[in-house]
Amino acid sequence: MFEVPEDRKYLESHEYATTDSETATVGITDFAQDELGDVVFVELPAVGDEIAQNEEFGVVESIKAVSDLYAPISGTVTAVNEALFDQPELVNEDPYGDGWLLEVEVADEAEFEDLLSAEEYREQTE
Amino acid sequence: MALRKPPLYDAYAGDASFTGFGGWEMPVEFDSIRAEHAAVRESVGIFDVSHMGEIHVSGPDATALMQRLTSNDVTRLSPGESQYSTITDESGTIIDDTIVYRLPRGDAEYLFVPNAGHDEEIYRRWVDHRDEWELAADVENQTEDWAMVAIQGPDAAAAVAGTTETDVASLSKGDIVEADVSGVESLIARTGYTGEDGFEILCPTADAGALWTAFADDCTPCGLGARDTLRTEMGYLLSGQDFDPADEPRTPYEAGIGWTVALDTEFVGRDALAEIDAEGPDETFVGLVLRERGIARHGYAIVADGEDVGHVTSGTMSPTLGEAIALGYVPTSYAEPGTEVSVVVRDREKRAEIVATPFIEDN
Repeated sequence: MFEVPEDRKYLESHEYATTDSETATVGITDFAQDELGDVVFVELPAVGDEIAQNEEFGVVESIKAVSDLYAPISGTVTAVNEALFDQPELVNEDPYGDGWLLEVEVADEAEFEDLLSAEEYREQTE
Repeated sequence: MALRKPPLYDAYAGDASFTGFGGWEMPVEFDSIRAEHAAVRESVGIFDVSHMGEIHVSGPDATALMQRLTSNDVTRLSPGESQYSTITDESGTIIDDTIVYRLPRGDAEYLFVPNAGHDEEIYRRWVDHRDEWELAADVENQTEDWAMVAIQGPDAAAAVAGTTETDVASLSKGDIVEADVSGVESLIARTGYTGEDGFEILCPTADAGALWTAFADDCTPCGLGARDTLRTEMGYLLSGQDFDPADEPRTPYEAGIGWTVALDTEFVGRDALAEIDAEGPDETFVGLVLRERGIARHGYAIVADGEDVGHVTSGTMSPTLGEAIALGYVPTSYAEPGTEVSVVVRDREKRAEIVATPFIEDN
């Protein structure tokens, strides 16, 4: 029912990281945006900041809830989706595309082994 | 304790997400809070508000009992009228707020609506005081007998008119009438909690489904999420959150509803409130708008001049304004609209300004 693309890996707390290059795109899943409802605010780190796997890196707020964001992968932030500051609803509309949160230069590719595959994540949300 | 399910639960169970509220399992969101909010501001929405309590009071001393347990002047009500009021304790602290309907039938028959989860406590309070004062009044907790839906929005009158022969367009704000609504014997009141024109319709629990179905085509189903953003934009109080006898004890004067206090009547809390009225409250309920990115939420600190001066009791992103709005208490010296304060959001101070409520134009 919810989209779970195969080209990325997942945290149980509903964040994803793409796996196709040395720079990972990080965001929240379709399931997560649906659970949250209308996203109205995101708080993200700045370019150059370090994030660490399983640690908090920001906050996403919908009208009804405040949720911490956890890093699926460690690394250095190389880009932040500034469009979300004016259009946080992009997270709802296109969580795997225009609603991405960060790009991260991956510190240790071995960390991907600790994440859920698309299939494993899908099972968790069913 | 298991959550109480509203009588309409099965009518929309597959269409909504749910939340526990005041002991009831209630729909929080159908499609999207933002879309539901817009429907009420621009056309018309329907809410199941069957979690609200209903206490029925009748008998020769019904008026006396109501008068001595609520802060407003019940004797101002003619049959078929209603008033907003509070229920206070001896110290003048609000236990609950309520709408008191004087029913269109009978000599002096009342139905009043305490908030979700308060019905049993308030019912006991009425019975105990009736017995103590030896008044001749019948008090009944009818919460389980009534379903209640709210039809709210600029197109509400047209939507309700399409379901009944009763002339609802000519009902004044606050009035209540008996009516046949799509074959269901109901009470229609021109009341609501959204700031829009609207009606609240009470019907027997068993007929609730027929009532919901009658409005299903014309009205957007709305959950408690939109109910909360709509009332917050109006600066309306939420019982248990903006005041609460245990966690947020406030008098009607602090809560900005001193106009519900009729000091020329005798009621529990009256003497304490007369004193507070003479001195003026130390703190007062205000509206705030954040001037930096962020959202103020329940419990966040309000700071000014480097000091912690108050706290937020309700806050959200206003769907109408696209701004973060909040309600909370500050010392009266900081209450003037235009006063600059800050709200502490996750350890960071965000600039905010005190503003007059409602945040949006009152319809």
